[in-house]
Amino acid sequence: MLKESEIKIGDTHTATLVEDLKRTQIVQYAGASGDYNPLHTDEIFTTQVAGYPSVFAHGMLSMGLTGTMLTNYVGDGALTKYGVRFTNQVWPGDTLTSTATIIDIREQDGERVVDLQIETTNQNDIAVITGNATAKIES
Amino acid sequence: MAIDKFLVEASHIMMFARSVGDANPIYHDEEYAKKTDVGGIIAPPTFAQSSAQFDPNYFLRPKIGGEGWFGSGKEASGAKPSSSSGESGGGGAAMGLHAEQHFEYHLPVKAGDVLSATTKPGNTWEKESKRAGKLKFSESVTEYRNQDGDLVITATGVGVQTERAVDS
Repeated sequence: MLKESEIKIGDTHTATLVEDLKRTQIVQYAGASGDYNPLHTDEIFTTQVAGYPSVFAHGMLSMGLTGTMLTNYVGDGALTKYGVRFTNQVWPGDTLTSTATIIDIREQDGERVVDLQIETTNQNDIAVITGNATAKIES
Repeated sequence: MAIDKFLVEASHIMMFARSVGDANPIYHDEEYAKKTDVGGIIAPPTFAQSSAQFDPNYFLRPKIGGEGWFGSGKEASGAKPSSSSGESGGGGAAMGLHAEQHFEYHLPVKAGDVLSATTKPGNTWEKESKRAGKLKFSESVTEYRNQDGDLVITATGVGVQTERAVDS
């Protein structure tokens, strides 16, 4: 868990989430999550029927990868809130980088928490996820 | 969507964590997890999404028994999916995409928990977009409760139906 004495508003934490995203990892996420939408795993359906240039990652895979950055920063079991908007699709071959920025340190239900702003971008510096999270900290 | 029994199992947590590139031992090493503050293997923050595995009617899973599946086989597309359970998760069928997802964590979810979930529709709204034509947004709110009946996670998903495939 983050310690209040060691953080301040404006602090950031950045991590590379994935380099050169493989189709197999998307398949792995489909299997674990149970979302077998062919848009994510079936290149023939996705290009010939749905009209996309290739399969693309589940939004929830991007959110899950971003969540890894987040829990590595705030610690296990510390999150009280985590929400995102999926602003652009994530494609095989993408490299994703994610940053959490501390925007507030405050009291919530008698506990100290931080509010974080989150952004995950691809190799072209285009945001694929924007979001917010709140996590408990040690006072 | 209603899910009666969402069994939170350590092996499922391990596989889910692997799929999101998370090597944290709290998700696979029981000996390590026991010595931490949380006291055991816990679920990663987006794990509740895998409740789809426990929804008997989840429309984005091929059904056993030849109900048809819209992914490719001999042809580029098979049968249309049955949309009997369109509220789950907030993903979508052919032209449906996931626009937003929000989780509120009330209590930790641990390996061994047995959750249940109920989903209610939320707001709906429309928007014009240059990249995909008319967008129809719909919200669904899922409450997950544990074996003691306590609320553990509130999940709000926003799905969007687009008029055409999104330009990238």
